Amino acid sequence: MSRGTRNGHRAVIAGVATSDYPRLPEMSEHAVHGQAADRALADAGLTMADVDGFASTGFFPMYATGVAEYLGLHPTYYDETNAGGASFEVLVEHAAYAIECGAAEVVLITYGSIQLSQMGRRLGTGGGGGAGFAPGPAIYDALWGNTLVGSYALAARRHMHQFGTTPEQLASVAVTMRQHAASNPQAQEREPITVEDVVSSRLVADPLHKLDCCVISDGGGACVVTTAERAADLRKTPIHILGAAHSTTHHMNISAMPDLTVTPAAQCGPIAFARAGISPADVDVAQLYDSFTITVVLTVEDLGFCPKGEGGAFVENGGLGLGGRLPTNTDGGGLSACHPGMRGMFLIVEAVRQLRGEGGATQVPDAKIAVAHGTGGMLSTGATLILGQEAP
Amino acid sequence: MTDTPATDDRPPKPRPAPIADHDSAPYWKALHDGRLLVQRCQDCHQFQLYPRDRCLACRGPVTWEEASGRGTIYSFTVIRQNYARPFRNWIPYVVALVDLEEGPRIMSNVIDCDPNAVQVGMGVEATFEVVSDNAGIALFRPVT
Repeated sequence: MSRGTRNGHRAVIAGVATSDYPRLPEMSEHAVHGQAADRALADAGLTMADVDGFASTGFFPMYATGVAEYLGLHPTYYDETNAGGASFEVLVEHAAYAIECGAAEVVLITYGSIQLSQMGRRLGTGGGGGAGFAPGPAIYDALWGNTLVGSYALAARRHMHQFGTTPEQLASVAVTMRQHAASNPQAQEREPITVEDVVSSRLVADPLHKLDCCVISDGGGACVVTTAERAADLRKTPIHILGAAHSTTHHMNISAMPDLTVTPAAQCGPIAFARAGISPADVDVAQLYDSFTITVVLTVEDLGFCPKGEGGAFVENGGLGLGGRLPTNTDGGGLSACHPGMRGMFLIVEAVRQLRGEGGATQVPDAKIAVAHGTGGMLSTGATLILGQEAP
Repeated sequence: MTDTPATDDRPPKPRPAPIADHDSAPYWKALHDGRLLVQRCQDCHQFQLYPRDRCLACRGPVTWEEASGRGTIYSFTVIRQNYARPFRNWIPYVVALVDLEEGPRIMSNVIDCDPNAVQVGMGVEATFEVVSDNAGIALFRPVT
């Protein structure tokens, strides 16, 4: 469905914010949601009293309902679709549909996590290697000591085998993210690194090194989706949702992924671009889920920024840097800025900031169109949001 | 976050065993008895794993057939960090996706070889290990 006007409404993003990050040892998970929500609403010039729709997602059923309770909200539209790291792109897409059909007027979407402070009490990104919790078919991949990193390593190895992608090319993704993080005072890791630093860092799961992996953080974010009419009187310039789509290829089992070099982005990316009526060449800045360096290489290919197999060459030599082929993850990404577990919200916040010209030292000059693409699970889910400064 | 300690004074833990359900019980039981089964659709004849109650391609009824146990490595990784027992005691070890001769792809460990010698496309064959009273698993070793 195209992002046109429906029932007189067009959905826009009117407010965005991140919570404090990357370390929040004195905050509860729900308080992180609240801090991000307060800031995003203030950014938009709204209050909790204006909210009639709410969306969030976390690790437990009825999670959004629980956060709404904590925040004192009684929404008549809510959503807690969980697509892992792609969740928040999906929630924004759903919110846009709700806005367009008149089911809600102000949808608040929040994310919060204290994964870093909870390490040891809950599985982190580097864990997941036991067989203790493997419901139903998840058991088939759970008996071998594979880890979350291991699943992405399987994809990286296959990509290297099929296309000759090198560890150095993967490493260049991490190097560029760190360059961007150097300008982000909140970023968890800001010390410059080189390709050599990455490939000589400890192997976690061949061929992925420690510095090919995202950081583990506390943090959250929020955004406010409303109608263009409502946003016209609000504090910030509204950012338009030009196109959106999501897809899935499998769930828990990387052994069920049809082709380890092709992610769900290859399905939902072209649909999102078609809905937006633009092509990848029109994109000025990208926020691409970077759980691992390989995730970005696969995503630039699948979204059509380069042909399949050429992602390694695309990302190397500053291809994702400012002034590069596709300036990407201008806040430093999950590899350096923060990765509290389901980072999709941060992609949306940074994309909106870029389109408003609020990007600071990593502002992409004259950025008019941004892509935020989330990837979740074991490369299992993808969701693409195409955002624009101007109405479609 | 610290690296995996070199020593682990907790008691050894056995390899985890699957809990069978209605779809998987014949699969795990056959592995217990030293046979690797695949499912085949009675209508479209496509092979599949993991076990399901119907065919993935056409929703037709499925039957079991014994697989040759031979396959090739589609991809692999060498796990060098895992805090979970018993795997932490086995580091480094190979996790691989194996394309069986019949077609289905399964995850397993490649054993009895130097992890650094494993390659994509390498031929492997199944070897079996009993992990409970009614379940076994298929591990793979390079074809010599």
